[in-house]
Amino acid sequence: MRRESRRTRLILALLVLTAFTLISLDYQQTGRTPLHGLRNVASAVFGPIERAAASAVRPVTGFLSGVSHLGEQNRRIAALQAEIDKLRLDNRTSELARNRANELDALLRVASVGQYTIIPARVVSIGPAQDFAWVVTIDAGSRDGIAVDMTVINGDGLVGRTVQVGPWTSTVLLAIDPSFKAGIRLEKTMDIGYVSGEGSAPMQLALLNGLAPINPGDRLVTQGSVGDRPFVPGVPVGTVVAVRATPGSPTKTATVTPFVDFTRLDLVAVVVQPPRTDPRDAVLPPPPKPKPTPTVTVTVTAPPPGTPVQTGPTPTPTPTH
Amino acid sequence: MRTTPRVLLTLALLLTALVVQLGFASRLHLPGATPDVVLVTLVALAMRNGSLHGCVAGFLTGLSLDLAPPSDHAVGRWALVLCLVGYLAGLFDDGVDRSALFPVGVVASASVLTTLAYSALGAVIGEPGATWSMVARVLPWAVIYDVVLTPFVFLVVAGLATRVAPDPLRRRSGVR
Repeated sequence: MRRESRRTRLILALLVLTAFTLISLDYQQTGRTPLHGLRNVASAVFGPIERAAASAVRPVTGFLSGVSHLGEQNRRIAALQAEIDKLRLDNRTSELARNRANELDALLRVASVGQYTIIPARVVSIGPAQDFAWVVTIDAGSRDGIAVDMTVINGDGLVGRTVQVGPWTSTVLLAIDPSFKAGIRLEKTMDIGYVSGEGSAPMQLALLNGLAPINPGDRLVTQGSVGDRPFVPGVPVGTVVAVRATPGSPTKTATVTPFVDFTRLDLVAVVVQPPRTDPRDAVLPPPPKPKPTPTVTVTVTAPPPGTPVQTGPTPTPTPTH
Repeated sequence: MRTTPRVLLTLALLLTALVVQLGFASRLHLPGATPDVVLVTLVALAMRNGSLHGCVAGFLTGLSLDLAPPSDHAVGRWALVLCLVGYLAGLFDDGVDRSALFPVGVVASASVLTTLAYSALGAVIGEPGATWSMVARVLPWAVIYDVVLTPFVFLVVAGLATRVAPDPLRRRSGVR
């Protein structure tokens, strides 16, 4: 018995050491880590399983939500109830189909206005909340032409970017993940900055020009990265809800509500080919109220020393892993 | 010693739990947290089969969780945490004359430990994500869901284990 437990402890120590080694090998490395191949194998194995599970589960969850609405029908006789049940199910599925058609329409609108070439995909699995990482798996992978660091959108706007790509599935880092950062541009002025995810809290916006005019209600689009990876330009991101004065700081910060509702993601699209010209804010939905002709404020300010403002086409606060 | 069927059963159960967890549990969009089917299954198996079984199974399960999509954290985080949890849960034998509440207590503690250890490890190696307020918000829900799952998972594990790999020690001591 003694020897048995000593052996167990030895194995435990070995496994813990192995885990530490793996963590240090993989820790905050972008691109090719030694574990890259292992991850690929795992997503080739688990991806199809998750896809199958998702398509098996979809009718079940639909059915469950159908059943939970039957409470008020209790007094009806069984035959009538069955009929109602059937009709309701029919009704619900037609509504589902209609919703999906609407989503597709919205996607197509974004894609055609912005001239993106997209690959549509469905969300098949969502990272658990205990992981404190906002990631989802989609059912399209390298075989569909998807690669790491591509922009993911839906009909409302920016969803995130691809971070791991397997043959049949890929992992998308959502825009609300705390490690997510994207370069943005204010709707009408040319001001640039970047947004970062804050988990379940609203997104944060930092404008590189601390004197830039910004008001609640201003809308943001992505600015685009070098070579359009990971972000293509012109994707709607969100609306400014509150501006915070940060005296002494060279940047201006604000909170942003994303256009995308991340709790009900289903149909998304991966941008595989960027637009030929930057669509700027043409993709944004029409503004809620008619506005007077916008005055384009050209703020020519010398960037304070130390501020990473570049005059090149695309300064990229590209997130690292 | 009938080790092979027991190992196979463990692998099959954990793989199933993994698929249920990734494909189903997180799609339910329950408020607060996600029911951790994998964790509860691991604890049930570890309590039945002991520490050695628990820590090896925990390591392998954690590694699959690290590698399977969607995952964006450093590989090895779940492996480390679940390896320790499997070992610790294995120290508590669920066998002879234990009350039915005993596994519930172990699962609840494991749930707390797992969430805390995972986010603490993330903070130590500097991966963004878990802040204390977020952990505090998720933790109670995680415990509640895991405790609710416990009776079902333990029944399935016990039922399959007695059928597939009857434990000679248990039978001799008269417990099934």
